[in-house]
Amino acid sequence: MSGPILEVTDLTQHFPVNRRDVVHAVDGVTFSIRRGQTLGLVGESGCGKSSCARSIIRVYDPTGGRIVLDGEEITHMSQKELQPRRKKMQMIFQDPYASLNARMTVRDIIAEPLLAHHVVKSREEANDYVYPMLERVGLTREHAGRYAHEFSGGQRQRVGIARALVLRPELVICDEPISALDVSIQAQVVNLLRDYQQEQGLAYLFIAHDLSMVRYVSDLVGVMYLGQLVELCAAEEIYAHPLHPYTQGLLSSIPVANPKLAREKEQSGIEGDLPSPVDPPSGCRFHTRCPFAKEVCSQEAPCMKEVSPGHQTACHLY
Amino acid sequence: MEPILTVDNLKTAFLTSSGKVQAVRGVSFSLNKGEIVGIVGESGSGKSVTSMSILRLLPDTARIDPESSILFEGRDLSRLPKKQLRDIRGQKIAMIFQDPMSSLNPLIPVGNQVEEMIKIHHRELSGEELRKRALALFQDVRIPEPEKRFAQYPHQFSGGMRQRVMIAMALANRPDLLIADEPTTALDVTIQDQILKQLRALQREWNTAIIFITHDLGVVAELCQRVLVMYGGLIMEESPIDDLFERPRHPYTLGLLRSIPALNQDKGARLDSIPGSPPDMTNPPAGCPFAPRCPYARQICARELPPYAAVGEGHRSMCWLLQPDAPAEGNPFREEEAR
Repeated sequence: MSGPILEVTDLTQHFPVNRRDVVHAVDGVTFSIRRGQTLGLVGESGCGKSSCARSIIRVYDPTGGRIVLDGEEITHMSQKELQPRRKKMQMIFQDPYASLNARMTVRDIIAEPLLAHHVVKSREEANDYVYPMLERVGLTREHAGRYAHEFSGGQRQRVGIARALVLRPELVICDEPISALDVSIQAQVVNLLRDYQQEQGLAYLFIAHDLSMVRYVSDLVGVMYLGQLVELCAAEEIYAHPLHPYTQGLLSSIPVANPKLAREKEQSGIEGDLPSPVDPPSGCRFHTRCPFAKEVCSQEAPCMKEVSPGHQTACHLY
Repeated sequence: MEPILTVDNLKTAFLTSSGKVQAVRGVSFSLNKGEIVGIVGESGSGKSVTSMSILRLLPDTARIDPESSILFEGRDLSRLPKKQLRDIRGQKIAMIFQDPMSSLNPLIPVGNQVEEMIKIHHRELSGEELRKRALALFQDVRIPEPEKRFAQYPHQFSGGMRQRVMIAMALANRPDLLIADEPTTALDVTIQDQILKQLRALQREWNTAIIFITHDLGVVAELCQRVLVMYGGLIMEESPIDDLFERPRHPYTLGLLRSIPALNQDKGARLDSIPGSPPDMTNPPAGCPFAPRCPYARQICARELPPYAAVGEGHRSMCWLLQPDAPAEGNPFREEEAR
């Protein structure tokens, strides 16, 4: 139990769109996740949070930077070298309808990672893992023989979670695991993820756009804007003292489930749309929408700096 | 005040190969001029089917029960001939949907699509006049650089901008009623915030009544004056906005409110989730549809549908716990009153 489970340094992920243009999906993102901890990553669609997750799990080959998993650099490992290390790092996807093979039974879906990683040699042997796992995620043995289409969205997401957890990974990347679910079901899934973390001490990288849920599950929260991390600090801190104007705008945009507070709320929010990641604005990328933008903001990109203990932000105001 | 819309005992079912899906099972409510009413519920609760039934935008397999009535400005929309209904659609009642991309024609410039919307109901207008009106609408919904945007195609618009175009089209003929079916669900919170402000401003300015369908109680709290909470094809609770959040009088509403983490939520505490999943509407439960998931359910709940109880000014709820003979012990609504 030493060192963080995941260290990401200056991660950059670019995608060429044609000969001239490049999408700057992720640009110089740095963070680390300690064992048993949850880092929440929030931001608008197109801010690069999912690309970031996919680079870390090496679905993509990162353009630059370093990814260190459990003390080992995996940034440029071949898929063959990566294979044994994938056991430590699993993923839960957003869409429980698209991420489960429609032609496999639930038993086979959950047994597949066990077979792929040679944890078990046969399907029969896999049952010893599959049944307890099914029960752990709130399904029953009877569900094992069924197909994904026989389940509701919430139940499917439980199957996806069982598939990710059955290898006992040390890090699980949750890419919007609850966005596709109904409110009453979201709480069930979040409780399940939290209980399992308390039992097994695994770490989560939790990606979502629902900020109140992120605050609830995370120890640390990172806010991304147009491919860059603009603020990183403890979950309570980010809601109590948001520093970056983007974070402030984002927080004031969340609808408050309290009509009295909603009426008192200052009408701020953020004007305008996200600029194109093909040609991001110069200097601070948020300056085009920032109410506090000064001259320097359009000329010079601010660096992440620690403004108060454990609270970093990239903004010229600080 | 005279209601602009009165829905009475609406029942809508779908005929499918696996039987009759009873999506809406007796919904009654009314809407005043210029009022914003929210319909909240999970997928399958019947909230979208209720709104689609109003304009009869339903597939051929759908059947509206002959006993139902949907009174709009003195006419029953559930019985109106197709041709007359067409004059109301887009003119008196307009609708916006969740996915603005699939509601726009990808091959026609956006401006022309807005013009078309005006032209359908105003044949007499000249091309120049149409363009002037459409441009004014672009300005009303605050699309930047309207002249330039006018000639562009839907794919050149972001999701938020497309939704603005949809709102512009919906408002083209100054409808008396706007039905918005999860219009912000596919958008980011910052864009959602912009759209909600826009809707509020338009409602204030033009006194348009709005039915806003959503699953997000936060959005309801920000926008609506009154709420209908739907579950299993029925209105479980109807209440003025403040009362619903301060004095929820249905276990389902209670459960929903407890499922959302507040921004000051104690992180050590578990979220109170509602166990189980919604009922199968091909074979809805005989009693209260929420009974199988309700922590307070008693024998009677599974057997018989409770009547509505009036629990405040404009506040009614369908729950056996609110009936006079309900037990006082373990009754969340009694204990609170006693305090």
